[in-house]
Amino acid sequence: MSAVKVILLRAPGTNREEETAAAFEQAGAVTQLATINQMARASFRFTDYQILVFPGGFAYGDDLGAGMVLASELSLKLKSEIIPFIERGGLVLGICNGFQTLVKAGILPGPMSKGQTVTLTNNNSGRFECRWVYLTANPMSKCVFTQGIETIYVPIAHGEGKLVAPPDEIEKLDVALYYTDEHGQRQAGYPYNPNGSLNDIAGITDESGHIFGLMPHPEDHIIATHHPRWTRNEAAPSSLGSVIYQNAVNWVRNL
Amino acid sequence: MIYTVEVCLKAGQPDPRGEGIVRSIHDLGIPKKEVSISVSDCYWLDGSLTSQELERIARELLVDPIIQDYNCHALQSDNTAASHNITVTYNPGVIDPVEETLMQALSNMGISTIRATKTAQRYRIEGTLTQDELDLITARLLVNPIIQHVVSETPSAFPQSPSYIYKLKHIDLLNADETQLAQIGRDYALNKDELAAIIVHYKSIGRNPTDAEMETLGQTWSEHCVHKTFKARFNFEGQVIDNLLKSTVMRATKELAPPWCLSVFRDNAGVIAFDDDWAVCFKVETHNHPSAIEPYGGAATGVGGVVRDVMGTGLGAKPIANTDVFCFGPPDLDFNRLPPGMLHPRRIFKGVRSGVADYGNRLGIPTLNGAVLFDERYTTNPLVFCGTIGIMPREMSQMGRQQPGDKVVLVGGRTGRDGIHGVTFASEQLTHDSTELSFTSVQIGNAITEKKVLDGLLKARDKKLFSRITDCGGGGLSSAVGEMAQETGVKVYLDMVPLKYTGLSYSEIWISESQERMLLAVPPANVEELLNIFVDEGAEATVIGEFTSDRRLTLYYNDNIVCDLPMEFLHGGIPQMTLTAAWQKASRPEPEIVPSNNYNDTLLRILSAWNVCSKEWIIRQYDLEVQGASVLKPLVGTKEDGPGDAVVIRPISNSQRGLVIANGINTRYGDIDPYWMAASSIDEALRQIISVGGSLEQVALLDNFCWGNVKEAQDLGALVRATQACQDMSMAYGTPFISGKDSLNNEFEHDGKRSSIPYTLLISALAVIPDVSKTISMDFKRDGNLIYILGNTYDELGGSEYYAHLGYIGTKSPKVNAATARNLMLNLSQATTQGLVRSCHDISDGGFGVALAEMAFAGGLGAQISLDRIPAESAAKRDDILLFSESNSRFIAEVEPAKQQEFEDVLHGNVFAVIGEINAADTLEIKGLNGEPVISLSIKTLKEYWQKPLRW
Repeated sequence: MSAVKVILLRAPGTNREEETAAAFEQAGAVTQLATINQMARASFRFTDYQILVFPGGFAYGDDLGAGMVLASELSLKLKSEIIPFIERGGLVLGICNGFQTLVKAGILPGPMSKGQTVTLTNNNSGRFECRWVYLTANPMSKCVFTQGIETIYVPIAHGEGKLVAPPDEIEKLDVALYYTDEHGQRQAGYPYNPNGSLNDIAGITDESGHIFGLMPHPEDHIIATHHPRWTRNEAAPSSLGSVIYQNAVNWVRNL
Repeated sequence: MIYTVEVCLKAGQPDPRGEGIVRSIHDLGIPKKEVSISVSDCYWLDGSLTSQELERIARELLVDPIIQDYNCHALQSDNTAASHNITVTYNPGVIDPVEETLMQALSNMGISTIRATKTAQRYRIEGTLTQDELDLITARLLVNPIIQHVVSETPSAFPQSPSYIYKLKHIDLLNADETQLAQIGRDYALNKDELAAIIVHYKSIGRNPTDAEMETLGQTWSEHCVHKTFKARFNFEGQVIDNLLKSTVMRATKELAPPWCLSVFRDNAGVIAFDDDWAVCFKVETHNHPSAIEPYGGAATGVGGVVRDVMGTGLGAKPIANTDVFCFGPPDLDFNRLPPGMLHPRRIFKGVRSGVADYGNRLGIPTLNGAVLFDERYTTNPLVFCGTIGIMPREMSQMGRQQPGDKVVLVGGRTGRDGIHGVTFASEQLTHDSTELSFTSVQIGNAITEKKVLDGLLKARDKKLFSRITDCGGGGLSSAVGEMAQETGVKVYLDMVPLKYTGLSYSEIWISESQERMLLAVPPANVEELLNIFVDEGAEATVIGEFTSDRRLTLYYNDNIVCDLPMEFLHGGIPQMTLTAAWQKASRPEPEIVPSNNYNDTLLRILSAWNVCSKEWIIRQYDLEVQGASVLKPLVGTKEDGPGDAVVIRPISNSQRGLVIANGINTRYGDIDPYWMAASSIDEALRQIISVGGSLEQVALLDNFCWGNVKEAQDLGALVRATQACQDMSMAYGTPFISGKDSLNNEFEHDGKRSSIPYTLLISALAVIPDVSKTISMDFKRDGNLIYILGNTYDELGGSEYYAHLGYIGTKSPKVNAATARNLMLNLSQATTQGLVRSCHDISDGGFGVALAEMAFAGGLGAQISLDRIPAESAAKRDDILLFSESNSRFIAEVEPAKQQEFEDVLHGNVFAVIGEINAADTLEIKGLNGEPVISLSIKTLKEYWQKPLRW
């Protein structure tokens, strides 16, 4: 069995690449980090990798809006590489700032030719917040990352995570993960839905189910002592975020 | 020409920035009326563009088409009675990081015809407001004249920095009369003795100093760089203390000399061993004055500065956690009590908080531990303590050593006038004209620049490409280069330093405090590879000189020598100060309290006190999870909102070893006796570590002294006493200090009246523990479990929250019996490690009553307690003393009945007692000494009072 290889994009201000790599490694993958300039070099081969990851952080300080500058740079420098990567069946994961980037570049919900159709904007609270949220998977979703998941518990850490789109675009979305209460119920309100995201949407996938973006950070809950209530013996293994990474690695392995 | 793109929200989209300002308008005391504010972002591009190019820039870079609209019209003032436009932009020389990013993004797009960009915010205020009200809103909420000003339309041209024409400047020291000497002393912050030593030096070489030489001496001999007060010779109550620092705090460390102290009081941060392979370092800095003037930028650059200290420790550490402690005036301070020109505490608080959060979050460093104190005496001098913990391979824990011939490489941000005239500028009367002053001195930090430098440094470090590293902080290049080259000598070519804009003189380049810069010594063979690493990271790195073997500091500007100083004089020439210190306890009466038979209201009011109430509003705006190392978070309990005692992280992912981070600060006790204030702060920090299951095995301490001034004997005496307590407690607990810092000038003069901060000592503590899975949190876990109090209670209400609530200070502040306390801590730690304790909380601000309430509402469980079971000295046998005394070295612990015997066996020999039981009811009931309830409150009410003050 050959190793599943994951490439994580580093941009100036990316800051969750190491723990995201650790989560993939825990799932048995081999990981590699690269800057956009390194990826744009002729010597870099996207065909060496099966999973492309846009980790969390503040690419370019979110200076012109979250993910804006990186999205523009992607479109300018890597579009000709990313489209074939997706068409070949590669998996793409965007977490937090990476999700914002995918959305602004039009990669999610896609297709890229349509341009940007949804956005992630300021939380209803008007501020950056870090808190733990329950995420419940949509069993109808084609998303390969969320198959078999019921409810997981992971942190968010963002100021611009509210998913907004015109009603007809919202209708069309393949929602992979919802913000819910601990029982998996939607419409639980703040702080269960921490940012006011429409329809409690936490993560979406494209029409192939191969491209997945979400605001929360499953990579920050991959062992029991990450759980904020592990000292109360409340850290159930089924709540771990690791399953997202495991699903991705398993899917590639089973190809 | 200058093009405008204005980006605004589409109609109907919520505008959190505008709503935030509307809320703040109400805070200003402007009577509530129908006002709405919308905010748009303006980008000005200077150059030449086709209209298609301008549209493309707007669409591809600036506008989110789902929620935003834009237009490209030049701004014009179009105010009406019910609609006002206020456009705010940055002053010349203040660089918004967005401008740099925009320039880079334009270049990615292939657009090269833009020379410069500027940003502005436009506030559209709808509603009937008087001109006075508008002016107040503008002045208090929208503009900080230190960095911003209002414009009415798109500028016709961006201001240009004047060019600089080289002329070597000498300071006529040798022929100066007394008045002139006094002026020179003020210009370079040198005292009489120091000036005299400098005159002797220059007489011996027969010339006057250059301005760059005087600047270098002034910076190198400053309090900030050499801590001359702490190194002075003190006459204290008949005793001579030669070098206060060495003979107290450092002496304790030297005597304790644990093998795990790897590099202490030497480098930019103190370094201790983590395990066989790794070392950790810790540094806490203050950034007080800049934060008072420009809270957001001041605090942000404070974080940036201390992170660089850690990056510049040993051969470079990776920052893994930040801490922050703030001291502010009360958020509800009456505006009438605010001296003119000062920002209101609430605005300082909000600005500082967001500066610390934005910078730390962007750097990807979790901000985990902290505290906020409020006291009216901090109104004009807020304190901002920023701390960073770093980790590095143990073999890289020692300061490097460069060889003559190694290159001096400057990495990171470009150099501007930042910090040069900051303080004098700030103290001037500010008018609208001041904003037109030449390129100013306050910088907005750019966290992404620092992140790029950090990422590159760690790569270069792991490839062993540099021989030494330090940060550029206070004093800029002058202190960084001067210190690094002390043992060798150095030549620096100031004209090679990359500048933000033209017009800087050689001495401005030399002393600029521009942020996000690090200095490296690089063997010539490695220079190319090192520079390439930074190119890959998008960070600038430049060779600006080389180390020599002549032990001289030589500076060139375009081949002219502008500074030539022997290292021996620069670092050894400063005369030691002699100071007279004395300390006398203030005479105050002990208040007479009429006892009550019910303390419900008192407890609720103390829970709502600014110093006690929940700080969740701050904590949640920090990224607590980034780097994936958290074990015990700052907020704990069934709803994840209870006040944890200390945080625990597990920095190496394949090891169970952990770090516990804690702090102690007890300003009010210092009003009674600074000795016991310092002792209490150390005890508090250690209690927090023990509470979460840490031990005293390997605890390192840091001190940060902030004093109003050190001119009066009494203030110096207070400093001596606090320092002596640090020595005594450090020895008694076996916990060495590894680093420290002081800021001794925090006073403000207004109308001839001086206001000074209270004596403030922050103790930060870092403990290494072998197994994070043994740690516990403070929230009650299960009904039926027993509640213990550990440690004796004394009649020590002095400086307590209870007295503060009654308007008193008192005379009996809490003392520390370190021998007894140490024994208790050792045994409690052992009990926790053995799994005998389910929850534990240290008793601090607000006393037993507050600690118990916090455990109950954090766990969502009730409790029944009898005060008569609390072990206490006889004078303390009074309900209010038992409830609210802040006696040190006490804990509340939860133990399962099945483990009672085992727990008590481990604790044998200490003072402790079972005082009650946890129950599933939602009420906290405390019976007084007479057996009747003195407190009976629902945990919901308790929590509500604790949470509501800072639910902003």
